[in-house]
Amino acid sequence: MGQREGAAGLTTHAPQAAQAVTLPTTLDEAVAALATTPAAVPVAGGTDLMAAVNSGQLRPAALVGLGRISEIRGWQYQDGHALLGAGLTHARMGRPDFAALIPALAAAARAAGPPQIRNAGTLGGNIASASPTGDALPVLAALEATLIIAGPGGARREIPVSHLLAGMEMLRAGELIGYVRVPLLHAPQVFLKATGRTGPGRAMASVAVVLDPARRGVRCAVGAIAPMALRPLEAEHWVAQLIDWDNNRAIVPEALNAFGEYVAAACIPDPAPAEDGSVTQHPPAVLHLRRTVAALARRALGRALS
Amino acid sequence: MSNEAATATTAAEAAPAPEPIPHGLGASLPAADARAKTEGTFPYAADLWAEGLLWAAVLRSPHPHARITSIDTSHAREMPGVRAVVTHEDVPGSPLFGRGRADRPVFASEVVRHHGEPIAAVAADHPDTARLAAAAVIVEYEVLDPITDPEQAFEAEPLHPDGNLIRHIPLRHGDADAAGDIVVEGLYRIGRQDPAPIGAEAGLAVPRPDGGVELYLASTDPHTDRDRAAACYGLEPERVKVVVTGVPGATADREDQGFQLPLGLLALKTGCPVKLTATREESFLGHTHRHPTLLRYRHHADAEGRLVKVEAQILLDAGAYADTSSEALAAAVAFACGPYVVPNAFIEGWAVRTNNPPSGHVRGEGAMQVCAAYEAQMDKLAKKLGVDPAELRLRNVMATGDVLPTGQTVTCPAPVAELLQAVRDYPLPALPKDTPEDEWLLPGGPEGAGEPGAVRRGVGYGLGMVHMLGAEGADEVSTATVKVHDGVATVLCAAVESGQGFTTLARQIVQETLGIDEVHVAPVDTDQPPAGAGCRGRHTWVSGGAVERAAKMVRTQLLQPLAHKFGMSTELLQITDGKITSYDGVLSTTVTEAMDGKELWATAQCRPHPTEPLNESGQGDAFVGMSFCAIRAVVDVDIELGSVRVVELALAQDVGHVLNPAQLEARIEAGVTQGVGIALTENLRSARGLIRHPDLTGYALPTALDAPDIRIVKLVEERDVVAPFGAKAVSAVPVVTSPAAIASAVRAATGRPVNRLPIRPQAAVVTGQ
Repeated sequence: MGQREGAAGLTTHAPQAAQAVTLPTTLDEAVAALATTPAAVPVAGGTDLMAAVNSGQLRPAALVGLGRISEIRGWQYQDGHALLGAGLTHARMGRPDFAALIPALAAAARAAGPPQIRNAGTLGGNIASASPTGDALPVLAALEATLIIAGPGGARREIPVSHLLAGMEMLRAGELIGYVRVPLLHAPQVFLKATGRTGPGRAMASVAVVLDPARRGVRCAVGAIAPMALRPLEAEHWVAQLIDWDNNRAIVPEALNAFGEYVAAACIPDPAPAEDGSVTQHPPAVLHLRRTVAALARRALGRALS
Repeated sequence: MSNEAATATTAAEAAPAPEPIPHGLGASLPAADARAKTEGTFPYAADLWAEGLLWAAVLRSPHPHARITSIDTSHAREMPGVRAVVTHEDVPGSPLFGRGRADRPVFASEVVRHHGEPIAAVAADHPDTARLAAAAVIVEYEVLDPITDPEQAFEAEPLHPDGNLIRHIPLRHGDADAAGDIVVEGLYRIGRQDPAPIGAEAGLAVPRPDGGVELYLASTDPHTDRDRAAACYGLEPERVKVVVTGVPGATADREDQGFQLPLGLLALKTGCPVKLTATREESFLGHTHRHPTLLRYRHHADAEGRLVKVEAQILLDAGAYADTSSEALAAAVAFACGPYVVPNAFIEGWAVRTNNPPSGHVRGEGAMQVCAAYEAQMDKLAKKLGVDPAELRLRNVMATGDVLPTGQTVTCPAPVAELLQAVRDYPLPALPKDTPEDEWLLPGGPEGAGEPGAVRRGVGYGLGMVHMLGAEGADEVSTATVKVHDGVATVLCAAVESGQGFTTLARQIVQETLGIDEVHVAPVDTDQPPAGAGCRGRHTWVSGGAVERAAKMVRTQLLQPLAHKFGMSTELLQITDGKITSYDGVLSTTVTEAMDGKELWATAQCRPHPTEPLNESGQGDAFVGMSFCAIRAVVDVDIELGSVRVVELALAQDVGHVLNPAQLEARIEAGVTQGVGIALTENLRSARGLIRHPDLTGYALPTALDAPDIRIVKLVEERDVVAPFGAKAVSAVPVVTSPAAIASAVRAATGRPVNRLPIRPQAAVVTGQ
C-alpha cells in the first residue's frame, strides 16, 4: 500500500511559482545587484530568511543569493588578524583547522544548531539576523571584532560589530557585510552555552571568554540574556589583575567563583531599591538565570586558564 | 529478546539466498510504506493537488476571551482573487460540533473562548491572497478577562452556556475514616504537551456533482469526522465522503476540525476544490493538547509502607470546550492510585473550562498526569520510611484479581511485580570513566557547558498503567473485509494507518490465517464500514480481531469443499506457505488450486465485551482491558545549571503476546521518547490565555541526542484471554510511565521535590554548593 492514489484529477505536484533570483559571484556584483533591484533581499544560508518566507511573513520581490561568492566563503590573514568571509558556514568554522585559530568561534559554531542548520547558516547571517540567541555574537563581542561592509562602487567601511548590534550604526541600503576582522590572540578561548536540553537548542545564556596574553587582558561577553551580548568590563579588568600571567596563568579558585558572581551581577543587577527603601527580590526564573550566568562564567574562565 | 535474535541468526544462516521475507504473526514484517516514507515519496495530505483548486485560510481569534461585536467581511470579499468568505452565518447545518459533546461552534459568532478559535474562512486563488483576505476581515471585539486559572473556573462567570464544570467524579471506595501511621502529601502540576505531529494539518475538499463533498484528510477517525462534517453542512452522511490520505504522525486525535469543517463549506460554496495547509503556528493553535493538570495527594501507609488510603484531588484544565475531557478525567480518577493495592481511596476529579488552549485526547491522557503524581508520592513515602523506592513499590503492587478503586476487578494479566523486579535487577549503566573525558556526553549535550564535577547521577522508578479501548460503555466495534482472488488477499478495513503499524499487522494476520503471502491493505475511506478512532490501542484489538475473523471465514469457505471431499473437518487441514495439507499429510494441494479461480469474500466484526459508566461515586466496570509497564530511569543532572540528561531508560512491559517484534520495539521506543519530552522540555506555554512561541524552536521536541538509551529488559507475554491473539496495545503505557520515572531519578540525584513537569532547570539545581 505504498502509494495511495486519489480520485481522478488529483496529483501530488503543485506548480512552483517562479522567483527572480540573482546569483552574483563577487561581492561587488552582489552590491550592484542590490543597487539595481532595491526591493531584492540578500540571502546566504537562508536558515532564518526562508523560514519567514515559508510562513508567509516575508514575500521578497527578488533574491540575491550570496552562496556563489567564493571570496567570502573562506578566510585570509592580515597583520595579526583573520579576515573571515561573511559566507563562512558554521560547519566550516567548526572544523579543527579553524578551531586552532579562533577556538571560541569554532565552539560557538559547533553549538549553533543541528547539522542541517550548521551546514547552511553563515557567520554573516548570524550577525545580520542579530538574534539575541545568535551563538557567534558573544564571541565576536568578546573578540572585539569589526565588520568590513561592502557598499556601492567598491566602497568599503569598517565598523565594530557591537556598533551594528547596538544599532549605533546601521547597514545602509545596498550594503552587505563582507568580512569580519578578528584578532588572532594565540591563547585559550572558551564558549559555553546553557540550553534546556541535551540536543541542539537555543541558548538560555551563553558566555564567551577570551584571553589576550599580550595585553594581559581577559575579555568576556554574555549572550542570550539581553537583546545584544553584554560585556562585564569591570569584572574583566578586576580578574585580569588576579591572574599570574607569568606563572602558567595561575589563579586561586576563589577568584574564579567571585568572577562568576561579578559577571552575573553586572549582567543581571539587583533590582534598584524602591523609594521607600524596600528591596524586592528577582523572581525565581531570573535568579536561576543569574546563577546560570555565574556558573558559565566561572567554568569558562576556569577552562580558559586550565 | 536475545533468544529471538539467536533464532533469527540461525534461520538466516540456514536459509538459501535470497533471504526469506518474514511473514505471519510473530515475525518482524517491515511496513509496506517504509521505503516510500524514507525516500520522501510517500504522499501526505499536504501533497495533494487538484486542477483548478482554491486555497483556504482561516481567520483565528487573537484574544483568548472576547465578545464579538461585529464581523465585516466586505473588504475581504472585494479583494481580487477571493472566491468566498464564510462565517458562522454560512453554516447551513448544526452550528456546534464536538467530540462527545457538541459544544464548540464551527465559527465563533458571539464570543471567542480561546486564542486561535476560528471566526471566518476564505477561499482564494492563491494561498497568499487567502491569508491577506482573512486578515482583511474586520472583527470588532470587546475584550473580556480570560479565565486562565482552572481553580478559579468554579467561581467565575460561566464562559460557556453549558457552565464551567464539564465533569466531576467523586470516587469513594472503602472506609473514609481509615488512617495510616505514615502520611505524605504533595501538590503536583503537569504542563501542556502538544501532540506536535511531524506534518501539520492539511486537507483538500472536492465538491461532488450530487451536491455532496469529498474531504481528503489525514484523519484518524474518518467516520466520526464525516458525521460531524455532514451535520454542520446540513447534508446526509452519505453525501459526505472522507478519504484518508497519508497521515504524517498521530499521537492523538490528530485533526483540528476547526479547519476541516470550513474546508468543506468553502468547497460547497465555490463549487471548486479547496485546499488548506496549516502553518505550524496554526497547528499549535488549532488542535487539542494534553490536559494541564493540578493534583493534590495524601497517601496513608502503615509502618511497613503498605498503602492504607489515598486521598486525591485532580483538576484537569479542559480549555474552552469539552472534547474528550470526560474520558480523560475517568482515566485520571480510576488510575489515580496507580497499579498498587489501595483498600481505601477517595478521589475527587474535575474537568473545568478555561480560556486556555483546548485540551483533548493525547496518548495516555489522564493516566499520564496521575502517574507522575502517585509515583512522586511513592518516592516521598519511601524517603519518609527510609525504604528503597523499588522495595516500597514491590510491597504494594497489584496483581490479577486485585480491585481498582473503581470497584472493578483486574481480570487481565497484571504482572506488575515481575515487571518491576526485571527493571530493578537489570545492570546499571556504567559511568563513562573509562573513556576520554572530552567524549562524555554530559547534561547540556556536546559543546554544552556540562562539567563532570557538578554532575550527579540518579536512579528512579516509575510504574504505570493505562486502559485499552474506549471506556464507560463506549461501543468499540470494528468491521473488516477480507477478499482473496488469484492468490492475492486484500483487506478492507477503515482502521487508519497512522504509523502505528496497523496495515502491517493486518497483513500478518491474513498471512497467518490463510497462508497467503501477498496481502494488500486497501486505502481507507468512509464508503467502508466504520472501524472507529485510532487511539487507545483499539485497532490492534478490535480491527485486528475483525480482520482475523474475516480471514477465518474465508479460510472456512476455502477449506469446506476440500474437507467435505475427504470427509474430514476443516480443523484437520492446515495452510502453510500456500499449501494445504491434512493433519496426516495424506492430502496436499496448493491454495491456488483449491481456489479454482474463485473469489472469496468475508466480512466480520469484532466487538469487545461491554463496559459500564462510572456511577455517582466513581464505581463501575468501566474498562475492557489494561496494560502495565515498569521503567527504571538513570539520569545525570548538572546540579549547578539544572540541566538533565536521561542516560538510560530500562523498561519492562506487559504486552500479552508479541505480534511483530520490530514494530513493537519501535512503538515502545517512540512512546518512551514522547515521555522524555513531557518530562524535560515539552510544554506549550501560555500567558493570560495567549500561546507563546507556537513554533518548534520554542516548543522543544526530543531530538536524537535527547533520547536516552532505551533498554527493553523484559516483555512479559501473558496472554489476555479476552483480547484477539491475547495481545495488548503497547504504545500508550510507556508515554504514561517514563515521565514519572525520569522525575523520580532527578529526585534521587538532587534531593529536590520535583513536583512539576516538565522539570524546569531551576527545579533541578542544588543550591548552597
